[in-house]
Amino acid sequence: MYQAALKVENLTIAYHKKPVVEDVSFEVPEGNLIGIIGPNGAGKSTLIKGILELIPKLSGEVTISGSSYKLMRKSIGYVPQRESVDWDFPTNALDVVMMGRYGHLGWLKRPGKAERHKAMECLDKVGMVEYANRQISQLSGGQQQRIFLARALAQEADIYFMDEPFVGVDAATEKAIIQLLMELKEKGKTVLVVHHDLSTVKEYFDWTMLLNKKVMKIGPTKEVFIPEYLQETYGGRLAILSDAQSGLLLK
Amino acid sequence: MNLLDIINDPNTRWILLGTMFLGLSSGVIGSFAYLRKQSLLGDTLAHAALPGICVAFILTGVKSTSFFLIGAALAGLVAVFLISVLTRYSKIKQDAALGIVLSSFFGFGIVLLTQIQQSEYGNQSGLDTFLFGQTASMVMSDVYMMMTVSFILIFTCTVFFKEFKLLSFDPGFAKGIGLPVVFLDYFIMMLIVAAVVIGIQAVGVVLMASLLITPAVSARYWTERLHIMVILSGIFGMLSGVSGTLISTSVNNLPTGPLIVLSATVWFFFSMLFAPKRGVLSTVWRRLSTKKKYSLEQDKRKGSHPL
Repeated sequence: MYQAALKVENLTIAYHKKPVVEDVSFEVPEGNLIGIIGPNGAGKSTLIKGILELIPKLSGEVTISGSSYKLMRKSIGYVPQRESVDWDFPTNALDVVMMGRYGHLGWLKRPGKAERHKAMECLDKVGMVEYANRQISQLSGGQQQRIFLARALAQEADIYFMDEPFVGVDAATEKAIIQLLMELKEKGKTVLVVHHDLSTVKEYFDWTMLLNKKVMKIGPTKEVFIPEYLQETYGGRLAILSDAQSGLLLK
Repeated sequence: MNLLDIINDPNTRWILLGTMFLGLSSGVIGSFAYLRKQSLLGDTLAHAALPGICVAFILTGVKSTSFFLIGAALAGLVAVFLISVLTRYSKIKQDAALGIVLSSFFGFGIVLLTQIQQSEYGNQSGLDTFLFGQTASMVMSDVYMMMTVSFILIFTCTVFFKEFKLLSFDPGFAKGIGLPVVFLDYFIMMLIVAAVVIGIQAVGVVLMASLLITPAVSARYWTERLHIMVILSGIFGMLSGVSGTLISTSVNNLPTGPLIVLSATVWFFFSMLFAPKRGVLSTVWRRLSTKKKYSLEQDKRKGSHPL
């Protein structure tokens, strides 16, 4: 029987009176790399935070592989925005990656050899082994992003939520990250990524969600990422692109 | 008095033990408050204790340390509740909420204190000693309580170290993996209230915050590892408690509380100046040596390639 990796029904989130995400419903099949795109203020990060219950929702139901969100916490991986933490925290890269195991460890248990081993493995996957003992403020932005990614890998989740993992990273890091996400997808994991750069959507994601307070369109990138829907989502703000440019963009 | 006399005096020994444990535990819990950017929280909770003490006196009419401390703890809990309501349900940011709660509670406390001073009990109540603390008023049972609470605080921070660490570094991620972040938030604030309650008798409501924050800031200079920072902070707090008490006992009529705070400040300046890597001197020295090395290299390059 077909079962959606993620099913969201009638999700509405409001910070103050005005809803930021309104009555959103969608389903995502397993084993896809999904880009969430939309203009500033469209509620992309809010949608992810709402699904993960990091912020209160007004209404809505979230199921992961058919079970309620709360039961599935251990199979969820999360990469928050890099600026959401103070990197001058007294800890090193390895320690941060080990935090990815805390959810599996549970209360009272301390991370030990097994966690350390797992964390080193994940650091290796993101090419950061030699930085394991580096204080985290001594890392570049791209390296910090890789550490967050490694921490999510350490969660050994089935579905990943990533909030703008490509912001402030150089091209090499971006390629390395997307390579990793594609590997995750090959292993049957589902990865949702809040994304800004329209020029790479076709190359990166096999599914695309166009979001502007509501889900404008969601589906295979080929069917969804077309000028008509994009204009609709961006409210005509893409009109400033010349035909040649948008042709390049949407090729 | 010389040092030996001081150590041999049983009363001073008790006070020393009390301030030592107070410094240790407030240094430990203060580390987390500092890293969570809640430095002002300790100050607010300490000031908020004053009306609690006064109300306890008005209600019971007796001068009893345990009643006072219960009052202080309850007032602290009310303050914790108000702060979280203000920040959660209004657009007021945490620093402003802390400012509002601090000043209103302390203002109310001073009004009550003045009322009590002018009443028939007059200055007999001795409540004003809670403003800046008075170690001389501490008795053996007070010290026992300080030690018990300190032990509980340190034990809790050890047991929940992993959770407190994640909560301090990345509360969003903590929530994502299912930690009860709101509960832990309250829990840490309660631990701070506990540290404040055992501290106000020795250090007073006005200066208590410095015992929570200064050792933590000093400790941060020396290390990039959280557990070492927490231990160091405890040690700095303990040293401050001990040195402050010793100085005040050996020099007549100097108040212990403020001296403990000043000792903590001395440790802070020492750390800020001399800590390797993060300290001011090491930073300046590193910058100068880099500059020198660079200009030497420049000279060499110019020398080998004359224009």
